[in-house]
Amino acid sequence: MHRRGVGAGAIAKKKLAEAKYKERGTVLAEDQLAQMSKQLDMFKTNLEEFASKHKQEIRKNPEFRVQFQDMCATIGVDPLASGKGFWSEMLGVGDFYYELGVQIIEVCLALKHQNGGLITLEELHQQVLKGRGKFAQDVSQDDLLRAIKKLKVLGSGFGIIPVGGTYLVQSVPAELNMDHTVVLQLAEKKGYVTVSEIRSSLKWETERAKQVLEHLLKEGMAWLDTQAAGEPQYWLPALFTELYSQEITPEEAQEAIP
Amino acid sequence: MDRFAWTSGLLELGETLVVQQRGVRLCDGEEKVKFDSGVLLLSTHRLIWRDQKNHECCIAIPLSQIVFIEEQAAGIGKSAKIVAHLHPASSNKEPGPFQSSKYSYIKLSFKEHGQIEFFRRLSEEITQRRWENMPTGQTIQVNKDPQAGRIRAVGIVGIERKLEEKRKETDKNISEAFEDLSKLMEKAKEMVELSKSIANKIKEKQGDITEDETIRFKSYLLSMGIANPVTRETYGSGTHYHMQLAKQLAGILQTPLEERGGIMSLTEVYCLVNRARGLELLSPEDLVNACKMLESLKLPLRLRIFDSGVMVIELQSHNEEEMVASALETVSEKGSLTADEFAKLVGMSVLLAKERLLLAEKMGHLCRDDSVEGLRFYPNLFMTQS
Repeated sequence: MHRRGVGAGAIAKKKLAEAKYKERGTVLAEDQLAQMSKQLDMFKTNLEEFASKHKQEIRKNPEFRVQFQDMCATIGVDPLASGKGFWSEMLGVGDFYYELGVQIIEVCLALKHQNGGLITLEELHQQVLKGRGKFAQDVSQDDLLRAIKKLKVLGSGFGIIPVGGTYLVQSVPAELNMDHTVVLQLAEKKGYVTVSEIRSSLKWETERAKQVLEHLLKEGMAWLDTQAAGEPQYWLPALFTELYSQEITPEEAQEAIP
Repeated sequence: MDRFAWTSGLLELGETLVVQQRGVRLCDGEEKVKFDSGVLLLSTHRLIWRDQKNHECCIAIPLSQIVFIEEQAAGIGKSAKIVAHLHPASSNKEPGPFQSSKYSYIKLSFKEHGQIEFFRRLSEEITQRRWENMPTGQTIQVNKDPQAGRIRAVGIVGIERKLEEKRKETDKNISEAFEDLSKLMEKAKEMVELSKSIANKIKEKQGDITEDETIRFKSYLLSMGIANPVTRETYGSGTHYHMQLAKQLAGILQTPLEERGGIMSLTEVYCLVNRARGLELLSPEDLVNACKMLESLKLPLRLRIFDSGVMVIELQSHNEEEMVASALETVSEKGSLTADEFAKLVGMSVLLAKERLLLAEKMGHLCRDDSVEGLRFYPNLFMTQS
């Protein structure tokens, strides 16, 4: 009877077969890489064609940018991952968002001493538009959000916190957990919040409310008003934009102080 | 048949008609029921049947109820049919013609033909699951039946739909641009699929694929903006591009670093480099990936990540630990300092000043006083005075 698969001969044969499979496997990968390279070239051509017809549309139309970004996300492509990517090179989307990133960083840095590193998306938007000047292309809030998401990777604490119907943009590496976020959301309505409000709305103990407020104070994101009628109020300069909209000269400021 | 509910037959907001067919009979499993002659309508959300003789008799079933469908070819004296296998009725279903049924499938019998087209459209709607993207006023039962690997093209179709509505008001250019964009995306999708299959091959044969091929593959991914599925590489997403970039950075940043005491945060670097370039800017990811390679390329700069997550570039010659010693001196002179005060004194950014003080604390040289007035650092007398 013929015993199959045993003996030195069989082992050698098996090894040979395995080696052949591996070789074939490598060849397969090589084939696929070659195929991908070809397809990439084709895709690049298609993209160039698209760019020649519609590059302006992307530049001028924030709505179209949103559609474009959403479609990319749906198929698993990040057009902003690298300045070296096709999308960036040919459609110019990269430069648009990366430059916006620089402008966002600069605005946040300039205002940090006032708001502790927390700013509403609206205010950021206004400030960025101001900085860009009259003739620059239009920038939407969606554009800002996308640029900020990309900035996160730089490690300096950029983050987006949903509050009310809008967002707060964080630009410092401060720890803001769920408790802090929830209190920020509560403060959004009036620009300030009190311990009693936190207790009644969120049903927290006084201690927990105080801890959160103290943390925000420490980080410079909240200011304490002990002269308010009733109990102390914790104001968030980030939310109280009226503070900035008036350009007060030092003389006026002097007069304002009693 | 107990999954059906009475309905007015009017489409909800966000619901669109896909196809309709006259002369359709409904059967409860193998049994005939009184719904023998009606118009069958397929919308993005539901299957609706309306009696041809009595228009008020109208019933509907959410598409989410359908598990799968089969075709039954026509025979002699028999019409072509679609068999729809259904999920059990939900408890909060609206009232319908039947309270219970011993069958978990229904048959749609196409007496006036149209079965082929209807089957095709129904298959499409079930696959695309557009109802999930466009919730209507009705209570739609969403199936929690994840089908692994299913490509969700819903986003694109949903967007297409919205744009169709806006087309009347908007510039014609946009619709053309959008059509072209959709076609482009289809091709991009193919690239994503191909890259996934190659990535799987690489994963299977770790070590059997050459480093050169891996690098090639990564650069293809970079061009397309596809996330690298084969992570846990020795040098992250590094490609030749990033290596070159790292070398460039070493050149560009030497002087600025020296001017700033040998250390800069990555955000500062990002702004500096991109402002200088003006065009062909770097993405944040490009910068990070290039910086990750600085050390291995033996360049005179390095990337350092503090405990807080803050990332900086330092000159190799820069020794943060030595700077800590001088920080301690400064703090001692003043008694105590906050990060802001220290930053002003020394002429560095508050971010980096804080990191230096934190490092000094970590090394045991400074103590903190954490109060609502801010974080203040003192020399650590516990260590120096016994």
